[in-house]
Amino acid sequence: MSPREQYVAFMTILRKEIRRYTRIWTQTLLPSAITMSLYFVIFGSLIGSRIGDMGGFTYMQFVVPGLIMMAIVTNSYSNVVSSFFGSKFNHSVEELLVSPTPNYVILMGYVIGGVTRGLLVAVIVTIVSLFFTHLQIHSWFVVVAIVLMTSILFALAGFINAVFANNFDDISIVPTFVLTPLIYLGGVFYSMDLLPDFWAGVSKLNPLVYVVNAFRYGVLGVSDVSLPFAFGMISLFTLAAFFYSMHLLNSGKRLRQ
Amino acid sequence: MIPALTIENLSKSYDNGFQALKGISLSVQQGDFFALLGPNGAGKSTTIGIICSLVSKSGGKVVVHGVDIDEDFPAAKKFIGIVPQEFNFNVFEKVEDIVINQAGYYGLPADIARERTEKYLKELGLWDKRDVASRMLSGGMKRRLMIARALVHEPRLLILDEPTAGVDIEMRRSMWDFLRKINAAGTTIILTTHYLEEAEALCRNIAIINHGNIVENSSVRDLVRRLHREVFILDCVDELPESFSVDGFVTRRMDEHCLEVEVEKGQHINDVFAQLDRAGVQVSSMRNRANRLEEMFVNLVEGAA
Repeated sequence: MSPREQYVAFMTILRKEIRRYTRIWTQTLLPSAITMSLYFVIFGSLIGSRIGDMGGFTYMQFVVPGLIMMAIVTNSYSNVVSSFFGSKFNHSVEELLVSPTPNYVILMGYVIGGVTRGLLVAVIVTIVSLFFTHLQIHSWFVVVAIVLMTSILFALAGFINAVFANNFDDISIVPTFVLTPLIYLGGVFYSMDLLPDFWAGVSKLNPLVYVVNAFRYGVLGVSDVSLPFAFGMISLFTLAAFFYSMHLLNSGKRLRQ
Repeated sequence: MIPALTIENLSKSYDNGFQALKGISLSVQQGDFFALLGPNGAGKSTTIGIICSLVSKSGGKVVVHGVDIDEDFPAAKKFIGIVPQEFNFNVFEKVEDIVINQAGYYGLPADIARERTEKYLKELGLWDKRDVASRMLSGGMKRRLMIARALVHEPRLLILDEPTAGVDIEMRRSMWDFLRKINAAGTTIILTTHYLEEAEALCRNIAIINHGNIVENSSVRDLVRRLHREVFILDCVDELPESFSVDGFVTRRMDEHCLEVEVEKGQHINDVFAQLDRAGVQVSSMRNRANRLEEMFVNLVEGAA
């Protein structure tokens, strides 16, 4: 395929993905807005006012970056896992597999589809958060870079999950039993300073700690971890997930007989 | 002229050790209407799956319009349109979107994609349903949707895996007419089917596959010529006596007006008419029993078993 044809194929997959999640917006976009509003009300306003400052900011200001990142992670991941597994389940993935579309274009189409949903939800959640607190961006570069890298990483992770999934239970196991605990223990609601040394050390094994803290640095200018190290770790995970996804597509594992 | 499809020594073994294809070879010429027949599990769908990349081959070679799939599969895929046996589209998507998206996967610009989608949906009688979610279509419409989708990039080789399975007679006939039309326009067609009548009505050449081997590969005409016997059904004007028979021929009185006669190789149907004439039986019409190929198919498949 010529580069122009590949671009057409990529845009076709991307448009299809965007159309899919906007068509079912009550299942894809609205829940995050409602859930995050509840977080803002309960943890930010009601409980947060009794907690006091954290990391030099009001509790509401402190949790907002983590909650936005939580929305990005879960939406990027779940968009790709549900869409790609759905196409495997109803065999419509064969439409792509029989076509000359290169595998990396297929992967990019699904991943960028997930990224757009992650970004859209991030915008919605950020707008909702502005009803509760005042947000000032410390570093636009860090914010944009970390949002893009994180959404790409978790969209790729969703793709890998979808390739291995055999049924709809398999696509909810990872988000429920792995992703959610990692997010909650990733410093969304608390600073690492509050943890005993041992648990602070254990937390550094959690990749979500780097994602949440790097984003918090971009917004508030504070972080519990080193920013270059956080970027390095996220880049490493993203590259590993990309090459593994490509390997799955090229080998046809669980996609071709 | 380069063949539309050449398969050499193609084999496929699954992880559980089952050998679906045992080194088959065949060639389909450009413009041909080719039938691939075989009982369930014979290897037809595996062969088709390998040609269109849904199944990985274990060995052998597949060349589509001169392009070896091992050397440049994307280029080979551009020549192929595939209509699978099972419905494989997103049932929540609209009919028009399904076809337009497929055009996009082949890199067709939006204006051409829309133009061809309209053309094929109209030709297949689905244009009025273009805004309907595909799950709302009837079985026959879903099959036609898959044909429109397979044709949108205007492939030179169209492969249909049991395209008329579960389709009513009227729809099947109109599908046949459509396939004849695109074949006449130059598209090579490979068809797998269980309806031998379909293969006989549509195809010029035929391969019969069984247990992963090609057991017959010839023209439909040659195959029919090699039939040892043919069965005719005669509709008679007057009521036939209970014990009516024709000397030298195996006959069966189907009902009071209908007689089935088997004509072996070397016998002449004229002799039947001569005897009927002498007995004062007038024949109003005669038809060939449609399953002539079926008999040969069963013989070949049983012989290879």
